Amino acid sequence: MNEIITTKKMKELDECIERNKMKKGPLMPTLQDAQRIFGCVPKEVQEHIGKKLNESYAKIKGVVSFYTMFSTKPKGKHIVGVCTGTACYVKGAQKLVDKVCEVLKIPYGETTKDGLFTIAPTRCVGNCGEAPVVMIDEDQYGRVTIDQIEEILNKYK
Amino acid sequence: MFLEEIKKRTLDKIGDKFSKDLRKHEKEVRVVLRNCDLIDPDCIEEYIARDGYVALNKALNYSKQEVIDRIKESGLRGRGGGGFPTGVKWQFAYENDAKQKYIICNADEGDPGAFMDRSILEKDPHVVIEGMAIAAYAIGASHGYIYVRAEYPLAAKRIQNAINQARENGLLGKNIFDCDFHFDIDIRLGAGAFVCGEETALISSIEGERGMSRTKPPFPAAKGLWQEPTIINNVETLANVPLIIKNGPSWFKGYGTEKSPGTKVFALAGKVKHSGLIEVPMGITLGEIINEIGGGMAQKRRHFKAVLTGGPSGGCLTEKHLDASVDFDTLVELGSMMGSGGMIVLDDHDCMVDIAKFYLDFIVDESCGKCTPCREGTKQMYHLLEKITDGKGRLADICQLEKLAKLVKKASLCGLGQTAPNPVLSTLENFKDEYIKHVENKTCPAGRCKALISEFVITDACIGCGICAKKCPTHCITGLKKEIHIINQEECIKCGTCYEVCPKDAIMIKGGVQ
Repeated sequence: MNEIITTKKMKELDECIERNKMKKGPLMPTLQDAQRIFGCVPKEVQEHIGKKLNESYAKIKGVVSFYTMFSTKPKGKHIVGVCTGTACYVKGAQKLVDKVCEVLKIPYGETTKDGLFTIAPTRCVGNCGEAPVVMIDEDQYGRVTIDQIEEILNKYK
Repeated sequence: MFLEEIKKRTLDKIGDKFSKDLRKHEKEVRVVLRNCDLIDPDCIEEYIARDGYVALNKALNYSKQEVIDRIKESGLRGRGGGGFPTGVKWQFAYENDAKQKYIICNADEGDPGAFMDRSILEKDPHVVIEGMAIAAYAIGASHGYIYVRAEYPLAAKRIQNAINQARENGLLGKNIFDCDFHFDIDIRLGAGAFVCGEETALISSIEGERGMSRTKPPFPAAKGLWQEPTIINNVETLANVPLIIKNGPSWFKGYGTEKSPGTKVFALAGKVKHSGLIEVPMGITLGEIINEIGGGMAQKRRHFKAVLTGGPSGGCLTEKHLDASVDFDTLVELGSMMGSGGMIVLDDHDCMVDIAKFYLDFIVDESCGKCTPCREGTKQMYHLLEKITDGKGRLADICQLEKLAKLVKKASLCGLGQTAPNPVLSTLENFKDEYIKHVENKTCPAGRCKALISEFVITDACIGCGICAKKCPTHCITGLKKEIHIINQEECIKCGTCYEVCPKDAIMIKGGVQ
């Protein structure tokens, strides 16, 4: 945990909190900032935010656990997402998911041991015309076939 | 006026860029999408050159009631799916004499298979801002929020840039157009929760709570964000507003049907030849959309089976509905709904039971968990469907599924639960024989449900082209060129790839539980 929470990052978070405090409803923007700064929102950070915003830890944890974008554990360097929207699904997204799991040798939703990849459950990314779509970080790949998966993943190794 | 100056200056600079016709088919129209792909979304001058913000200026010269009356007269209905008359909604908030009111733009487009709002936000962000400003003026709000889904970072960036530019030009902020009207907008990002597209859940999320829906009434128009009157409109609805104010209600009614005037943007996707975003007048038939604009099936040898509209809240429409008019009321009558505009075309290789299961899986995951019918009911429905696709189903399970679906529909708290059983009910209505085949004959006619496939067999129709052998992931198909190929059943993993790729449909499924 210690390498995730550094004084520098905490300082950055505090600055964000001060900025967000000016708005009504500061919790969601603050959690989004925390997720961006630390790559996750671990317990210590949640408690810290609670103190600063005068909310209970229970409340903060309730919000963090509700939304899928917030995670309590750090994610891999690259986020692999196979879009599972309807258009992608009918064009065989499930087979792509299976293939990604097979190539990375981890179950859906987990992170590889070397911390390089996380397979993130992904909702419709809104690029249905190109279905099926695979996303790695911000890059989108359209009309992906099973044989291309390994090649795409290799680009990020 | 400064708008005209900017317009003239910009038009001189860019030439005839705006005269391009971007329609791909003659039956398409470009009303809401009129600026998309034509203007630079990061450049307010180009939006103004397309008569942007003229409507806001015009609206500020009307009284608030006059603005509302014009929207009412146009018959504009909420494009997010429900189809509630926008003017009537505004009237509620207008009549409330609370000091603080809010306008929210719902850009939490979560329906899987829909990307209309994303395109508008990314390609024409100012039209949404202008629509919001007009709405804010009409109801008497001084602050607005745009709630954008976290999956759309580019949309959020573009809209933030547009807000900044509007502020710089005095189109947001204090004394807009030198009137006694102050209005500003903040962006709030979602965090990956489908239910936040439901208006009361969206409000909870902005307030910094778990995105759970609330009991209605009180409706948000009476008690919404921070207990103040709040109007929540969808992106596309707001994009229509400036056009109605600028061109008048009767111009708007020139498009569409009597009860559903205007146009609708659809995201056409799935097994159709030309997928993508289309805008059509309401009242166009499904057949025209799929066969003419969409160009029919992507693969010629496949047959049209159904089209899914309304996402996880809608249903399926089949061949017999191809002549039906696409408008709010007709689609509901046919057991589906307009939804936000996703349209997914399926062919004969798609299993309807599997699709119903897919949507329920989505709902089970996205239910906020507040009310029992939705939280537990959908889960039980999912288990029943799983039983059926696993080959363990009985006829009684189908009856049970139907009963449960009706119960969840009736007893759930918010729109998510009330509409969640629709895909099941609609597929049961139109494809009951397929459900029965799953439980009685233990076969999946479309070849999707793996547990119901005992083996794939290559028939005499095989021409020996070798495509299946090439694509087979386990290389278990062998055969000489131009001769009938054979599948080695021991090595076959029943992935269905050969069945999918065979150009002659020479591969047959043998049913039965594994």
